[in-house]
Amino acid sequence: MSEAMRKIEISLTINGRTQTLAVEPRLSLSDMLRDELRLNGTHIGCEHGVCGACSILLDGVPIRSCLMLAVQADGHQITTVEGMCNEDQTPGILQEAFQDAHGMQCGYCTPGMLISAQALLTANNDPSLEEIKDAIGGNLCRCTGYTQIIESIQLAASRMREAG
Amino acid sequence: MNMERNLHYVATKRRVREDKRFVTGQGKYVQDVNLPDTKHAAVLPSPYPRARILSIETAAAEALDGVQMVLTGAQLAEDCNPIRLGLKLPEINWYPLAVGMTCYVGEWVAIVVADNAYIAEDALDLIEVDYEPLQPIVDPEQAFDETELLVHPGHGSNVLYHGNFLWGDVDSDFAGADDNLSFRARWGRSSTVPIETFGALARWDEGTEILDIWASIQMPNFVELMASTLGYPLNCIRLHQDVDVGGSYGVKRGIKQSVLVGYLSRKLRVPVRFIEDRLANMAGSDAHGPDRIFDTEVAFNKDGVIKSIKIRALDDAGAYPGRAPFQLAKPISAIVGPYKINSVKYEAISVCTNKSGQVPVRGFGQAPTNYMIEMAVDNVARHLGLDRLEIRRRNLIQPDEFPYQIPPGSKYDSGNYPVVLQKGLDLAGYDELLARRDKARAEGRLAGIGIATVLEPGGGNNIFEYLMDPSAEITTFMEGCEVRVDAQGNITGIMGTTTSGQGHETMMATILGEELQIDPDEIRIVHSDSLNALPTRSPIASRMAIMLGSAAAGAAGKIKDRAMAIAAHNLDRPVAELEYSGGTISDRNDPGHKLTWAEVCFIAYRAYHKLPDGMEPGFQAQYVFQVPGGGQLPDENNRVQVYPCFSFQAHVPYVEIDPGTGRVSVLDYAIAHDCGTVINPDIVRGMVIGGLAHGIGAALYEKFAYDDEGQFLSATFADYLMPSVHEIPDVKDVEHCTPSPLTSHGQKGSGEGGYLGAPAAIASAVNDALHPLGLHISELPMRMHKIEALINDGNT
Repeated sequence: MSEAMRKIEISLTINGRTQTLAVEPRLSLSDMLRDELRLNGTHIGCEHGVCGACSILLDGVPIRSCLMLAVQADGHQITTVEGMCNEDQTPGILQEAFQDAHGMQCGYCTPGMLISAQALLTANNDPSLEEIKDAIGGNLCRCTGYTQIIESIQLAASRMREAG
Repeated sequence: MNMERNLHYVATKRRVREDKRFVTGQGKYVQDVNLPDTKHAAVLPSPYPRARILSIETAAAEALDGVQMVLTGAQLAEDCNPIRLGLKLPEINWYPLAVGMTCYVGEWVAIVVADNAYIAEDALDLIEVDYEPLQPIVDPEQAFDETELLVHPGHGSNVLYHGNFLWGDVDSDFAGADDNLSFRARWGRSSTVPIETFGALARWDEGTEILDIWASIQMPNFVELMASTLGYPLNCIRLHQDVDVGGSYGVKRGIKQSVLVGYLSRKLRVPVRFIEDRLANMAGSDAHGPDRIFDTEVAFNKDGVIKSIKIRALDDAGAYPGRAPFQLAKPISAIVGPYKINSVKYEAISVCTNKSGQVPVRGFGQAPTNYMIEMAVDNVARHLGLDRLEIRRRNLIQPDEFPYQIPPGSKYDSGNYPVVLQKGLDLAGYDELLARRDKARAEGRLAGIGIATVLEPGGGNNIFEYLMDPSAEITTFMEGCEVRVDAQGNITGIMGTTTSGQGHETMMATILGEELQIDPDEIRIVHSDSLNALPTRSPIASRMAIMLGSAAAGAAGKIKDRAMAIAAHNLDRPVAELEYSGGTISDRNDPGHKLTWAEVCFIAYRAYHKLPDGMEPGFQAQYVFQVPGGGQLPDENNRVQVYPCFSFQAHVPYVEIDPGTGRVSVLDYAIAHDCGTVINPDIVRGMVIGGLAHGIGAALYEKFAYDDEGQFLSATFADYLMPSVHEIPDVKDVEHCTPSPLTSHGQKGSGEGGYLGAPAAIASAVNDALHPLGLHISELPMRMHKIEALINDGNT
């Protein structure tokens, strides 16, 4: 077995659960999430870091999982779209708002959008329009033209403020 | 149809049922289908636009640990047929892999199957191809004239199609008109570019001799093309249509990809999966859209009334035409736009070049055509010194003139164009917008307002193919719906096709719920596989609300009829004396004398002795809806109804241009939209605004660029520029409803959305901004360097 194929053991916390895996050094984080862990909510759109469909939270910060190797995530905390649900697996506030305002069509960019929006709202539950645009400025959507996505985030923000 | 009836679910804001699985990460896309022992494929692209393949050395790749097989075009061609093209072009042999010759950069030369995609890609590096590069044909006008340099020498020319149509007396209309003008408009090579690439997974089952396939498709003839290419009977292929498609807007055809995995799966006796990476997708997959040069002449009177139009459209189909040439023919359904133009000459030319093949894109050629028509109207207005709104008001078809038949034969079903235009202007705050523009100009900025009034033909129909090829006597474009009621009374609606973001499940449940007076949330909707499906033509052509919606209404009607017949028999009353209410059927004169839904269902499934004589047991209905206005061949003058329903949009954007950089900023956008009855307001609004954003991309940014040597320059998202949220303005939108008389609830198409008008509207706005400088641009995309060169050097 070549050096490139030798597996390396990593340990990381994914959606609140600590897991240990042996992965090839060249395995991308997005492929690890999808192919090793079957967390299929993380989508791959371009594999060169432009579209944002593969966005996840790494220690609370949105990153592109296609641009990171799995081994680089060793010791870190990861949240994927599956981890945004409530403990009973029902959709969280942001996910409910995206349904109420129909902030999607084909659903392919949606997990990445949700991740970027979650990072924004965690830090700021009263964002301006420009702050929302900046937060999702790195996530491409080909279906919606973004209007209903922005409205979904605004709806979620108002519900979060109401909930305190 | 009863337009006056009280609607409970249709046209009401309700959640889109598909959304729940998408927000929780539970959508099931083709990449999410996991079968045991699946092997993974990767493709080797050609680096040359045109080259002879002298040899392919695969031994080193095959020797790599984990590689199952390397397949080349020459091997594949021994076992399968060329993919059937739209037009009958017997000397153009299109295979999923290049055979002997590569015809564009990115064409797939070989495919590797390995234990995982990483190993498959490693193996690609070990394949050695010996190419003899040849001079490519890149420019479409040169391709048209060329007699020596041919993309497909056996075909004898680079012309795939050249047709002339004449509807009405163009010569005398031109002779009789006060004036005329001509111009050239160029639509750039762009497309829809979904965020999900194409993917396919195939599993050959030797026991049943069925090839199962899961694919990210949106295509009417998919199974037929797979079967004819592989040489299988149609019913040997089972397409699973319950996969979510991650965006398509026309392009997800995937026939060569699916043939490859199907072939390889049978060969290797394991499931084989191919998920394109972005580079393979952009260069060599189903990615590129129309690439068109219009030369147009318009005849008009001094008062601005347009009398006649002559259009020559030269379209660059790339190396393999597929159904691309038909994108010149479909716009015949609305070739005069929403205007009363008396006669039309249309010369349509499709040529091949050494570029990636053109595939169907949102609107199937209508967006480029609308761009050209709106430019014609704007140019006449400018020529006469007439306001762009005034010229439209003088030429628009009036509401009392419907159904209105245009020169090529299509009857527009309904509309109220002046009112919708006015709604758009009101929404834009047109007077204030004019003041804002003029103030910006007074301050030395370049500012412009765009106007576009365009049509969206919806519903589909294949008859345009006959206009190009009279052997294609296809006069139906049907869609089927099945409704099953189980023994407990639960309702399941079954569609025979995929969905790719248009919310068909919601649309179908809404209509079934409306017709059966049952909460749509209690109705289950499923997608049957292709072996179980009723006839379908897939979700193309802005047709599903029109066609699947009307089929669902028809099937629900049959269900209701059956329930009424069972009730009449058991209540001993004639049907005319019974009333259906939410599933319960009662005597109008004695409401206590009734049969509940549960009782009807019990009788249907269990109590044969209580069924009317001759009625089959069980409780289900099928309805196949024929496209309204279909069933006809063109008359001797090539006049025929092409699409049935015509939606209308009025666009009013506001732009400013930075004179130093040429950058266009779209600062405001108002759109008024009429697609008849809206079934789900959120879905329609999303597609209208999403299409509009897509049109802004086509107008300003997006281009599959090639250099003069045929090298491909747009293989990544960093080169093919798509609008982010920062490029899309805050869109104001308003709906108007002129119901169609041809559909179950008055609905028309809306899936092609704002895309059919935004490029025209943005071009109108940019040209309004450039007008004070005496400049004009008639080429898309209007990228900033083009506009900067125009402003600073007076050329593009």
